[in-house]
Amino acid sequence: MLDAAFMSRWMTATAAAVGREETRLTDLDSAIGDADHGANLRRGFTAVSATLDKETPDTPGAVLALAGRQLISTVGGASGPLYGTLLRRTGKALGDAAEVTREQLAEALGAGVAAVGQLGGAAAGDKTMLDALLPAVEALGRSFAAAAEAAEAGALATVPLRARKGRASYLGERSVGHQDPGATSAALLVGALVEAAA
Amino acid sequence: MNMLINVPESVVADALRGIAAAHPSLTVDVENRVVLRRDAPVARQVALVSGGGSGHEPLHAGFVGPGMLAAACPGEVFTSPVPDQMVRAAAAVDGGAGVLFVVKNYTGDVLNFDMAAELAEDEGVSVAKVLVDDDVAVTDSLYTAGRRGTGATLFVEKIAGAAAAEGAPLERVEAIARRVNASARSFGVALSACATPAKGSPTFELPQGELELGVGIHGEPGRERRAMMTSREIADYAVHVVLDELRPTSPVLLLVNGMGATPLLELYGFNAEVHRVLAERGVPVARTLVGNYVTSLDMAGCSVTLCQVDEELLRLWDAPVNTPALRWGC
Repeated sequence: MLDAAFMSRWMTATAAAVGREETRLTDLDSAIGDADHGANLRRGFTAVSATLDKETPDTPGAVLALAGRQLISTVGGASGPLYGTLLRRTGKALGDAAEVTREQLAEALGAGVAAVGQLGGAAAGDKTMLDALLPAVEALGRSFAAAAEAAEAGALATVPLRARKGRASYLGERSVGHQDPGATSAALLVGALVEAAA
Repeated sequence: MNMLINVPESVVADALRGIAAAHPSLTVDVENRVVLRRDAPVARQVALVSGGGSGHEPLHAGFVGPGMLAAACPGEVFTSPVPDQMVRAAAAVDGGAGVLFVVKNYTGDVLNFDMAAELAEDEGVSVAKVLVDDDVAVTDSLYTAGRRGTGATLFVEKIAGAAAAEGAPLERVEAIARRVNASARSFGVALSACATPAKGSPTFELPQGELELGVGIHGEPGRERRAMMTSREIADYAVHVVLDELRPTSPVLLLVNGMGATPLLELYGFNAEVHRVLAERGVPVARTLVGNYVTSLDMAGCSVTLCQVDEELLRLWDAPVNTPALRWGC
């Protein structure tokens, strides 16, 4: 069963992963965007882990909702509202249970991902974070490791795609051949689940 | 890349402290990243609030003052501000007549301002929004996020700000802002890439002797790269692509804008070429503004924005404005 401490570990592990990969995210973003993705996410998740250090809510849903609100308040750009909405809506979908199963988390994350799709008006294949998140939700029903692998594969699969949303979409054909930074950071978020479970 | 900074993390806060020191007409809330006109809120006057990533100075903080913006919300470099900033700004400047958010069409700005508008409405502030999307370099289609918002932002903020200063109600200020945006188109050219403080090196490779046509204001690559052209050739290209989409039947306002690292000597020379092309095309220029207004850090290059005006819009353009970066008639 997954409790509030698990979700807290998940957020902390994400913060560490984003910190490690900041330069890579920014480099990917400078190819097709504006070179701020790494720095923005690091700022946001650093604030999330600092907040959770001070106060850890007592339910998994509340931890994720708090993390989401913190991201909206600190990140800016498109990734603030998108990642913030992802975690806030996932947290809300978990309700106020003290413990949840992995299957329940998968279902709630599905609701969070759907909210992201609605907010950004994006769908699968648009070369966005959804291309990592959608297969991850699917695989999360099997195991954390499967979800991490699916997200990673989804991020890699964005390379040949043409961007249809966000700043990269302004490049049209020139966005082809680059891995999407949003899908890459989404894979870090999902990958951190494995660390939280360890 | 040598930069006049302390550390990348404090670039925006340091600049805000400097803006506060230079302009006593402004109230600068460094911690919450909101720049307000000192006499805000002005009772019964619609307040314009804009914002966006930093690195485009003087946009937007330089346009705060009587006749233009009531507040500006600077985000991190090239990153939109967060909703908390807009909500705080809206609450501080609302004089009871409501607030108009002026939003450049970038996904991040749109999402954060949308969230902020909802939150501000919850706090009892009437909010209207206008989206600026003037950049013709980007083809509008079913699959793109639409045209980018660039130079026309200045025209929208100035003209709608003048309408607000005259006491026009929110719906009217909003309608004028939309009319200005619909009447304006821009095109930008990069002669060098810019470097963000966080990255410290150019955001894209632009070899010596080449230029990027249709570049955005974030150093995001444009639509085409060519061998370097003369000022005359660039003016021909830029004005023609703007006029392909905007076919003015009355005089235009012209903004010849520098991207940050191109000297006025070059911008004025370019302005002469732009006037030549417009004269050849039979387009009368009512007013011209030349300078660095919507910049992209240390990028070299320029953009051209044309805005077709009627008598009313021209009168509002000429109305007094008193801000750090734009000041006349007062």
